[in-house]
Amino acid sequence: MSNLIYSNQRQAYGEELLALGAKNPNIVVCDADLSKSTMTYPFSQKYPERFFEMGIAEANMTGFAAGLSLAGKIAVTNSFAVFSAGRSYDQIRQGIAIGKLNVKINGSSAGLSDFGDGATHQSVEDIAIMRAIPNMTVLVPADSPQLRRMVHWMMDHAGPVYLRICRNNLPEICPADVDPVRPAVMMEGSDLALVACGVMVYPAMQAARALREEGVSCRVINVPCLKPFPDEEVARLCRGVKGVVTAEEHSIIGGLTSAVAWALRGSGLPLEAVAIMDMFGQSAQNVEELMAHYHLTDRDIVQKAKAVLASRS
Amino acid sequence: MNELTVEQLQQKAAQLRRDVAAMIGPGRTGHLGGACSLADIVTVLYYKLMRHRPEEPRWPERDRFILSKGHGALIQYAALGDMGYYPKEEQKTLKDLGSRLQGHPDMLKLPGVEANTGSLGQGLSIAAGLAAGLRLDGKDSRVFCCVGDGEMAEGQIWEAAMAAAAFGLDNLIAIVDINGLQATGSIRERFDTRPYQPKWEAFGWHTIELDGHDIQAIIDAFEKAFQVKGNPVALLAKTVKGKGFAFAENNAAFHNGTMTQEQFDMAMAGGAQ
Repeated sequence: MSNLIYSNQRQAYGEELLALGAKNPNIVVCDADLSKSTMTYPFSQKYPERFFEMGIAEANMTGFAAGLSLAGKIAVTNSFAVFSAGRSYDQIRQGIAIGKLNVKINGSSAGLSDFGDGATHQSVEDIAIMRAIPNMTVLVPADSPQLRRMVHWMMDHAGPVYLRICRNNLPEICPADVDPVRPAVMMEGSDLALVACGVMVYPAMQAARALREEGVSCRVINVPCLKPFPDEEVARLCRGVKGVVTAEEHSIIGGLTSAVAWALRGSGLPLEAVAIMDMFGQSAQNVEELMAHYHLTDRDIVQKAKAVLASRS
Repeated sequence: MNELTVEQLQQKAAQLRRDVAAMIGPGRTGHLGGACSLADIVTVLYYKLMRHRPEEPRWPERDRFILSKGHGALIQYAALGDMGYYPKEEQKTLKDLGSRLQGHPDMLKLPGVEANTGSLGQGLSIAAGLAAGLRLDGKDSRVFCCVGDGEMAEGQIWEAAMAAAAFGLDNLIAIVDINGLQATGSIRERFDTRPYQPKWEAFGWHTIELDGHDIQAIIDAFEKAFQVKGNPVALLAKTVKGKGFAFAENNAAFHNGTMTQEQFDMAMAGGAQ
């Protein structure tokens, strides 16, 4: 896999926003003093009249975006995921979700991807918060190509959407021709299902390759839409295997694992999870160090896969 | 409807207050006080100044009314029902399971409601975004946003105040309902949100102080506000919580209170002057 192309979701997001801004004059963008990090900066320069620098005031930005959508705009808010989902939770719940307003919420530098900034800036629970709100759609792209198509999908979709974006470069793994929000089989296999989202899809694929060397055949499933969760599709894709391992860069509570466990209820399939075990993050010099510390690597997936198999024998 | 005289508007406000009391009914609990403090302002807006079409609630050119103090919903419901946004008979279903008249305003349920408010501090942000969006489209629609004096303890109000001034939203008019009481009693004895005029001025707003129960003064204040260019305007309206019903006036118990049968009969007999 040495020929992998690495690219940045934030960069891709900024480019798609710019491209969509040219096509659709109804798109209006708000940022809370992070435009050079969320990559809304190019949009702000090209379309200053449709860009609102809201200052370091995420709650107001979110309510303001609700108002813009009431005026018929597709309003996009941008901040780090911890702030988008955390500081603005009540504004999203009350002002946007109850009324099903057409606001798109960018949770940038999500998960542990802002490795240097520590617990205050690492969103381990943003998916859980957003999933718990009725009427929300929650999207977690696995790479830049998937994100690009998701941004288009999101702008065409009427209603509130939370989009979780990684800060760091990621390998491009998603084929160009698949639906960006449907579950996709990344690798075929028959013994185990490895169900992953976001930055954990590639480690799940690496784990599947390692397990193949040991004679274990794994089906790798990328689930990009965490809500509404495709219960039946995921259950169908897990049919016939001996067990399931989930992989997510998020708390074990309320994210992919919770959703998969519910989707597989009654199936009798043993389930293991690679996730953050109800802890906050911390600073590190690079993201790999953090992922290893919180047991979010391909090796951890291999280990859980073996545990699932062992539980069957 | 623009032709109503000051006296007719006063009578209309009194009728809307009675409608609010009737919606709540005897022995049931409802936000009477904060609805009544707003009655005269809401009457002037809906019956004289706002451009709107009850038969076409989503008319794109309409002015918008955002009730940031969402618990004041009943006075808006009274006006909307009286004007034909929904059948007035529905008022007796207030807070019933399945009713379009929720405890706090719901834009997807009741025609004429523009936003979901009630989690305090959020309506001014929504109103500012709405004003900015309308301005982007070159519309001359105005956005009126009613904020409570207790609500001004919410930090988001001041975030929104800064933003509206920074963006020069002169199509946005905030009405601060200064009735002096919050749920548990006197604001100044609890968390003093005063002084109002210097705060709003410091945040870049043009301010106008007025008696929020003097119909002519309310009309004059709005007319002055419409002349202001380049800044949002805050109408600082001195009001009386529970205004119009002697038993409820300046009585924090009627923030969300229950009328006895006797009090209810008094209200229906024209307790509103």
